[in-house]
Formats: sequence, structure tokens, C-alpha cells
Amino acid sequence: MPIDVLMTQLSPTMIEGKVARWLKKEGDVLESGDVMVEIETDKATMEMEVVDEGVLHRIIAHEGETIAVGAAIGVIAEDGETVADDYKPSAMAVSMSTKEHAVTNEMPAVSEQEVSTTTTTETSNNLQQITRDNRRIKATPLARRLANARGISLPALQGSGPAGRIIKADVERALKRGIRLSQHADVHKLAAPRPAPTGVLPYHEDEFERVENSMMRKAIARRLCESKQQVPHFYLNIDAHMDRLMDLRAQLNEAAAGEFKLSVNDFIIKAAAKALVDVPAANASWTDQHTLIHKHAHISVAVAIDGGLITPVVRFAEQKGLLDISADVRELAKRARAGELKPEEYSGGTFSVSNLGMFGIPSFAAIVNPPEGAILAVGATEPRVVVVDGAMVVQKMMTITLSCDHRVVDGAIGAQLLASLKKHLECPAGLLI
Amino acid sequence: MAKITYREALNQAMCEEMLRDDRVFLMGEEVAEYNGAYKVSQGMLKKFGAKRVIDTPITELGFAGLGVGAAMAGLRPIIEFMTWNFALLALDQIVNAAAKMKYMSGGQYNCPLVFRGAGGAAARVGAQHSQSLENWMANIPGLKVVMPSNAADAKGLLKASIRDNDTVIFIENEINYGDIGDVPDGEYIIPLGRAEIKRAGTDVTLIAHSRMTGYALLAAEELAKQGIDAEVVDPRTIRPLDETTILNSVAKTNRAVVVEEGWRFAGIGAEISARIMEKGFDDLDAPVIRVTGKDVPMPYAANLEKLALPSVAEVVEAARSVCYRN
Repeated sequence: MPIDVLMTQLSPTMIEGKVARWLKKEGDVLESGDVMVEIETDKATMEMEVVDEGVLHRIIAHEGETIAVGAAIGVIAEDGETVADDYKPSAMAVSMSTKEHAVTNEMPAVSEQEVSTTTTTETSNNLQQITRDNRRIKATPLARRLANARGISLPALQGSGPAGRIIKADVERALKRGIRLSQHADVHKLAAPRPAPTGVLPYHEDEFERVENSMMRKAIARRLCESKQQVPHFYLNIDAHMDRLMDLRAQLNEAAAGEFKLSVNDFIIKAAAKALVDVPAANASWTDQHTLIHKHAHISVAVAIDGGLITPVVRFAEQKGLLDISADVRELAKRARAGELKPEEYSGGTFSVSNLGMFGIPSFAAIVNPPEGAILAVGATEPRVVVVDGAMVVQKMMTITLSCDHRVVDGAIGAQLLASLKKHLECPAGLLI
Repeated sequence: MAKITYREALNQAMCEEMLRDDRVFLMGEEVAEYNGAYKVSQGMLKKFGAKRVIDTPITELGFAGLGVGAAMAGLRPIIEFMTWNFALLALDQIVNAAAKMKYMSGGQYNCPLVFRGAGGAAARVGAQHSQSLENWMANIPGLKVVMPSNAADAKGLLKASIRDNDTVIFIENEINYGDIGDVPDGEYIIPLGRAEIKRAGTDVTLIAHSRMTGYALLAAEELAKQGIDAEVVDPRTIRPLDETTILNSVAKTNRAVVVEEGWRFAGIGAEISARIMEKGFDDLDAPVIRVTGKDVPMPYAANLEKLALPSVAEVVEAARSVCYRN
């Protein structure tokens, strides 16, 4: 059976590679250890060695072409084998799904991969299936176990054992080099590096109830672990004087005479959107190769729902008035609670707002919602004794805390954003314009 | 610690147990007047008299049966086979009587009996006298199989075997009889069913019993020179097998080579490697490899005999291959 030569993941961040130079021509005999092709990765030009011996039957990816990791770049015929003219490596399909997957990973929104998206799950299943069917990966049980535990993708490894068998040493080498399966393999594996404790629980079985973890629960666990473990968080907080805003809100709601009712959160979303326009550097996402500076404020709003939470997105919040924002939030929250949100409604946010003020929480720090660069945690508005012009007075105060992904939002940027937010909250009439 | 031979260690074990318990006696061909074909029972006739150190005719089935009867009647016989090759004549008593007595009597009769003698190849004694038959014995439920690899183990394990209430197949090694080793002074007993790590290492586990333990240790020294740190595990008791020690070692080294003098087919190595595969699968970084005697009747010619037996070089080679070093 012909063997497909796949684009190997040669660096931890590599999701695609450019064929720099073929050192073998079609028809050349390939011996294990020979350098077959040079691949330009995001970091350097690296050599890909022959693993499966045979004859290089066909070159699929020519010099200069960029190919996704896992996709076929050539076909090897085994000794004495004739490859049918219409032979098509099934890894072609992998190429596409890999790309698709990589893209979703680069710009995914919040819960997009986990809560529902059958497409993503299917894609990764397909990918595995295809890889499995197409080219059985020889690996020792130990190597499989280690790779699995560390979230390393076996197809990304080159086996140094007999017949290309992947052995423990190969996994360890990959770990040292830093190859991690991030983009194109089982997301679940990566997100759960440490399995939950098994075996005997320190509780009596009759003293607790077992609640099956829903897909959403698992997705939350996975996503937040991933964020806390991989995103370097830091936190900034600031107090805002809220008397004027509360007063303005009361006036507007009174004037509405029941036609609408603005919440404090609506004002905060609007203020955040304006602040993000003031400080665009804070409206950013980290990807392996680029920092994305978003042109619009798509604000994810954390909504508690039965069994978890979800973050529907108020799009183009910087262009919307308070009324529109308020209506959006109301509608999205309603449909979130009814479980009717479509994936596009809870993906694509660039910044999050989470509010626990209604529970009387004075302040808290939230976990960044990747790939967003920051999240705002809003505490309760409460009367506090503050010093104004050297005298103690009682004013309505609110503490807001910004959690930042330090890869894209530095301390000064975060501070500027909070200062701008404070300004908008304390001078709320500006939010009406 | 006393430096004594493997042969003397066995002698001490029997003498001490006979002094301790007057139900213990030794019976076999040439054990009394001749002081044992391999001089294991040296001086015992003089010490204990003809009632407890008994020469038998050349009738393996007969005196094995006498031993079973004596055990059923409450004595604790040690039956010596000159070698285990001759015990083939006594198989009915061993397999059908001794091994099954407790079961078939519904627990009414124990059969506390030690069948002992030399197993394995000696030097140029030909096809009929050079066999390792421990796998035959270990295949039978109701038998315990013990194989010491050095003097201290010989003493400690034989004493435990004599005190055991079941039938124990105790297989010595003729080549090892003259080996000198440190044996702890005083009462020294090694419980059956416990393997011992004869050499600690991190890279590969060599599992070897009886004479092959020595080979494994030599191979480990050679491997150390090549940068491979081998651990040598001697099961000591073939049945019941101490798989915990073996599996723990493999969990550490991720590789195993099983060495046995006997033939490959359905041998002890087959059993051990199967268990490693069944219970230690996820710890393996390479297939378990066996080094065994070649699949032929033992040649008489010295050069061929040497080739038919496992060698230290073969063990080294096998270890290198599971370490992916060749």
C-alpha cells in the first residue's frame, strides 16, 4: 500500500509548513534517516527525514507551497509496489480539515468549540479517523501513554525504533523540543493534562449525589483550565464614583415610563465599548504568529444559565446606543436561558464583561476568555465612605477589576483602559451621544 | 556471614530442619552410604542414622510414592532425585498423587513433601541428562516450584520448602553446586513466592532464575560498560510467581528480557512475558524478549552444547535490542 508523506509538526507552534527544497526526486530510493525534504516552519528551516523506506513515487507539494500539518506532501511506494495512477492520499482531506480546525482555533470565540459545534468535533474525529485508517502509527504502549498524557500528537513524531516505531525516547525528545499538540489533535487531551482523581474517594457514597457532567460543564472546565494554565493573567482594579450614573439611569428609566428599562450593566457595556475605542491596544487577541488588534468592540456578556454560563456577544457595541445594547442583552440572555443561542451568537467576542454586582460581591477577578485579551469583572455599586476634597463623604462606588492576557495587554495598556472606563462611568452623559 | 558452597548450604538446610523436626527425613538414590551423587547429603547418614537418611533402589516411581504416603501419614519427607531428568519416571506420583492429594481428599490430607534434585544442563551429559523441566512442574496446580540461584537462597528457600505444608518441587543446579557464596548465620529462611532484585538498574529488567541469574548479572556488568543500566530480577520461586516485583521493575525500566536455560516453547519466559504484556502493557516501551535454550535435544559435543545453551552475549544482545541500541 502506498505510504503518504505527511507534513510533520516540526515546531510547537507550527500549523503549516512551506516546502523549501526537495532533496529527493520522484523515483529516488528512500532509506531511513535520509533527509528527504527541507521544510520552512514559522521558526526555521528544518529537515524532514525518511521514516518509511521505499521509493518516492510522487511529490504533491512542490517547492514554495505551504501545506497544513498533517496533510500529504508526497507519496512513497513500498519496494516493488506499483501505485495506481489515480491513487489519492486520504491525507488530502486532512489538509482541509486541519486548516479549518486551525482557523477555528486561531479565532474562536468563547464557547464555540465546546458547547455545541458539532462541526469542530466532527472535524477532529475525522482527522483522527483518517490518520488511523490511512497510516497506522507504530508506537510502543508506553510511548502512546506518555504522548497521550502530555497531549502530544503521535503523527507529529518521528519514530526512531524499528520500522519507525515511536518509542519513549521520541516522546521525551519531543517534549524537550517543546512539540505539543495544540492545533490539530484532540483538544480534550490537551485540556486535561491531569486527570481527575480516580480510585477511592474520601467521601462516603451515601453522603453525596453524583451529577453527570454536561457537555457544557466539561467545556467550561476545559476552557477555563486552558486559560488559567496558558494565559499569563494579571489583574488591575479601580473604583468608580457611580452617583451620576445611577442618577442618569434613574432619570432615563423614569422618562421611559415603562417603555424600556436600562440596567447598570448596559451602561458598563457601553462604557467598555467606548474605552476600547479609546485604547484599541486593549482590544486584542494573541495568536501564535500575530497579535490581532480588533477594530470593533464585540462584547461578550457572561450570562448565568442552568448548569453553567454562556457568553453571548453584543456585536459592534461601540456603534450601538444604550437602548440597542440593552435590547440586545435582554434578547440574548433570554435565548441563552432557553438554550436557543446559535453558535455565532456566542462566538467572536473581543472583550468580556462579567457582573456579579447584583449578588452584592464588592469585587472579584475573572478568568480571561480566550482568545480575548481581557475581561472586566464588575462588582456591586454600594455606598462607601470616600474622601472628596479632603472630607469624608458617602458616595455610591463600584469596583471593577480587569484581568488581562499579558501576552497582548501590558500593565500600562490595561491601566489606560481602566482609566478611560472610569472616565466614561463617572461622566455618563457622554454615553448617550 | 559464612562463605560456603551452594552444596553445603543445601546440606545445612536439611540438617538444621532434621534437627529441628524429627518427622523430616531424606530418601533417594545414593543419598546415604555414598553421601549423595553430588555430595549434597555429605555426612548426613553419620549424623542422623539409616532410619532418617535412606538409600533407595533405582525406582523413582516407587520411592516417590513412598514419599507421598509418608507425607500423608504425617511425616515430612525430602525425596532426592539424582537429577530431574530421572524424575520423569516418577511423574505419576508427583502430578497425580502429590499435587492433587489435598484437593482430592477434600482437604483431609496435606502432602508436605519436598522433591529435590539437580535440573538443567551440566557439562556434556547428553540429551537425556541436560533438561530444564521446571515449566512442566510449574504447569501443575498443586505444586510449588522453587529454584535457587545462589548459596544463601539455596539454604533459605530449602528450609522454607521443608516447612511448607504443600508439595514443593525444589530444582537445584549441578553447575552451581560448587559456587561459594555468603550465607547468613543462624536461622535463615526465605519465604516462598518472593522474587529478589539481584542488581538494581534503570534501563532494562533482566528476569532470570537458577543458573541464568548468574548469566544475567554478568550481562548486566557488560551492559554497564556500554552505558545500559540493567536490573536483574530473580523470581526464585517459579510458582507462585512474584509478579509484583517483576511488574514494578518493568514499570521502572519499561523493558524486559526473560532468560531461561530451558526450551522456548511454553517455557517460563513465555509465562512471564505474557504476564508482563497482560498486566504491564502500558509500561512497555519495547516488546519483551526471551533468551532461551535452543529448540534441540542437547548435543553431546562441547562446542555444540555451548551453542545450544543461552550465553551472556545473547543476553547482552537482547538487552541492547530492547533498549534500541543496535
